[in-house]
Amino acid sequence: MAYKVIHYINQFFANIGGEEMAHVTPEMREGAVGPGLGLNKEFKGEAEIVATVICGDSYFNENVEEATKTIINLMKKYEADLFIAGPAFNAGRYGTACGTISKLVQDKLNIPVVTGMYIENPGADMFKKEVYIIETANAATGMRKALPKMAKLALKLAKGEEILDYKTEGYILRGIRKNYFADKIGAERAVDMLIKKLKGEDFQTEYPMPEFDRVAPGAAIKDLSKARIALVTSGGIVPIGNPDHVESSSASKYGIYDINKVNNLTGRDYETAHGGYDPVYANEEPDRVLPLDVLRDFEKEGMIGSIHPYFYSTVGNGTAVRSAKVFSEEIADKLIQDDVDAVILTST
Amino acid sequence: MILEIGNIFINDVQFGSETKVDGNVLYVNAEEIRAIVLEDERIKDVAIELARPRESKRITPVKDVIEPRVKVSGNGSIFPGVIGKVDTVGTGRTHVLKGAAIVTCGKIVGFQEGIIDMKGPGADYTPFSKLNNVCMVIEPQDGLNQYGYEAAVRMAGLKIANYIGQVAKDMSPDEILVFETKPLLEQLNEYPNLPKVGYVYMLQTQGLLHDTYVYGVDAKKIVPTILYPTEIMDGAIISGNCVSACDKNTTYHHLNNPIIQNLYNRHGKDINFMGVIITNENVYLADKERSSNFTAKLAEFLGLDGVIISQEGFGNPDTDLIMNCKKIEEKGINSVIVTDEYAGRDGLSQSLADADTLANAVVTGGNANELIFLPPMDQIIGTDAYINKIAGGFDGSLHQDGSIKVEIQAITGATNELGFNKLTAKSL
Repeated sequence: MAYKVIHYINQFFANIGGEEMAHVTPEMREGAVGPGLGLNKEFKGEAEIVATVICGDSYFNENVEEATKTIINLMKKYEADLFIAGPAFNAGRYGTACGTISKLVQDKLNIPVVTGMYIENPGADMFKKEVYIIETANAATGMRKALPKMAKLALKLAKGEEILDYKTEGYILRGIRKNYFADKIGAERAVDMLIKKLKGEDFQTEYPMPEFDRVAPGAAIKDLSKARIALVTSGGIVPIGNPDHVESSSASKYGIYDINKVNNLTGRDYETAHGGYDPVYANEEPDRVLPLDVLRDFEKEGMIGSIHPYFYSTVGNGTAVRSAKVFSEEIADKLIQDDVDAVILTST
Repeated sequence: MILEIGNIFINDVQFGSETKVDGNVLYVNAEEIRAIVLEDERIKDVAIELARPRESKRITPVKDVIEPRVKVSGNGSIFPGVIGKVDTVGTGRTHVLKGAAIVTCGKIVGFQEGIIDMKGPGADYTPFSKLNNVCMVIEPQDGLNQYGYEAAVRMAGLKIANYIGQVAKDMSPDEILVFETKPLLEQLNEYPNLPKVGYVYMLQTQGLLHDTYVYGVDAKKIVPTILYPTEIMDGAIISGNCVSACDKNTTYHHLNNPIIQNLYNRHGKDINFMGVIITNENVYLADKERSSNFTAKLAEFLGLDGVIISQEGFGNPDTDLIMNCKKIEEKGINSVIVTDEYAGRDGLSQSLADADTLANAVVTGGNANELIFLPPMDQIIGTDAYINKIAGGFDGSLHQDGSIKVEIQAITGATNELGFNKLTAKSL
């Protein structure tokens, strides 16, 4: 009997429309739609798409909780054996949606999932550790190459076959470290590697270093009494109720909050959205994470020129470096536009 | 310096009325050993047990492992500055009881001693399961603090290794290996066309029971310096530390440093092995900066084209490792670093606490957090009372039937950062 597959695509690949239709709510259609037809061919009868979930990219990303809940509920009656999302190529919100729903299906319905995207899609960095993501080209012209790999990996997962390394299977390196016994001892491997390096020959490091984006601190401010200072935090301080729904972990967004008329971040009006530390002391006195009270004193004393009337806040807990980079670039641009001279960045 | 290592192969160990080697079997007189150990008034009692390869025995909590050696000719004696006088060693002839070891046990810290299984899956992860071990379970006098206890156990192990090693003095070895490193300029001229390679040997010196000694000096207090590689084979460096069992260098590891061995293997063929730069892993930033400045300066001063850098321990020393690597690479000298990983039980986390793109050639001893199941053994040498607390263990590690589920972190030598083992890790 063929494995039952549910396929997730966005409004564009369902032929509903482009950006103008990105608001459409989740819908379930029987059988394969769009790229699903291609996947069905690749399954060669071993699996079949029984239903296709279609959701607008904007709707999904702006209503993650609602969207995922609806989709999971819609899926239940099919008792699917496999879930495939995308491929999303380089479409950022589509990629994030494919990653989010794949991980959720994997966790909640306990079935294997496969998605596909371009390696620089923000969704790839966010979800590569949790789910198998077949590496695709950056545009839909790469569909024909992506589908066979996705179908093949999905079938292997369904059958419980051994998944080989990322190069062989074509998935994005998940970065899961796994021990094994090599043919030679480490010291011999080290000497071999050094000799290759000295000769200028190719060698393979056994642990590729994660690249930390180290930023040199800016030059010191000469005259603080004229400087405009901004407050930015990854400690999750937000107005009570977390109006922007900044996630408690793995944040996908940041908030901008007006403090023009605020002298002090009190527990009555502010709280933390951060899920990675004991929130008791932050919620009692949010100034402990974002020290507006002290900064107002400095402003009054004339030690600093002024405080930028908005603070920027996100949650650093489990947030992908790539997401954090996007936030910081946007925030920095806005601060520069607003003539901010210096920033106090607080973490937790 | 020329050193001949004469190996006498030991295939078995037995108790006997006389400590001697006969027909590749090591016989040890337990009473004599006890008497020597108990000369130290800090020690209340010692139990001597034997553990051979494939026996159903678990040794824990393991503190140090030491190979019996003796100086036959040449300057000084084994473990200079600690057991012998502080003469410079590394020349002449040294005899080794190859295949035998002294294992010291005792609960010093409780969570920083290790496990050696002589059979089963755990045995694959420790090199010491292949040896014929004389184990000493050492009990301290009541009220002795753990610093005194560590020192007493360290000295007992070295004294007994020296005592047993003496029996090899007049024997004729089964094989003789010759290692030579010449004074710098002569060495340079011997192979002028080969790349000049050195070894940067990082020693665990975080303090508070994390110490290593060089000719009797606490290595926290040294500035990096140069040794002939053969000095290390005669015991110039000894272990005095209690850190996670998997990646601490026991005295046995120092005596048999495989990086030194493998550099000699290619010496005169692919490389010109110039010598060893020893350095430390202190906790203060100024010390880290000073020591890494020195290693880079010495590597430059020696005119090296490449170095291998090995680490001991993890976390804080990752910063020393990366500083050494970065500063040496910035001098235009090629490096390979040897380390291990703490990527979490699921292998999902970043493996090191520090990183730099210049560290582009890494050899890893594997992920220390990976879990292993160790079936029960017929005999425990020492006690398994600390298994749940040992680094790598957790509440519930020790099961009622004596089986254990732990991270391989708890196994002595499992992810050694001198490249002693075949274990490594890859990314999936």
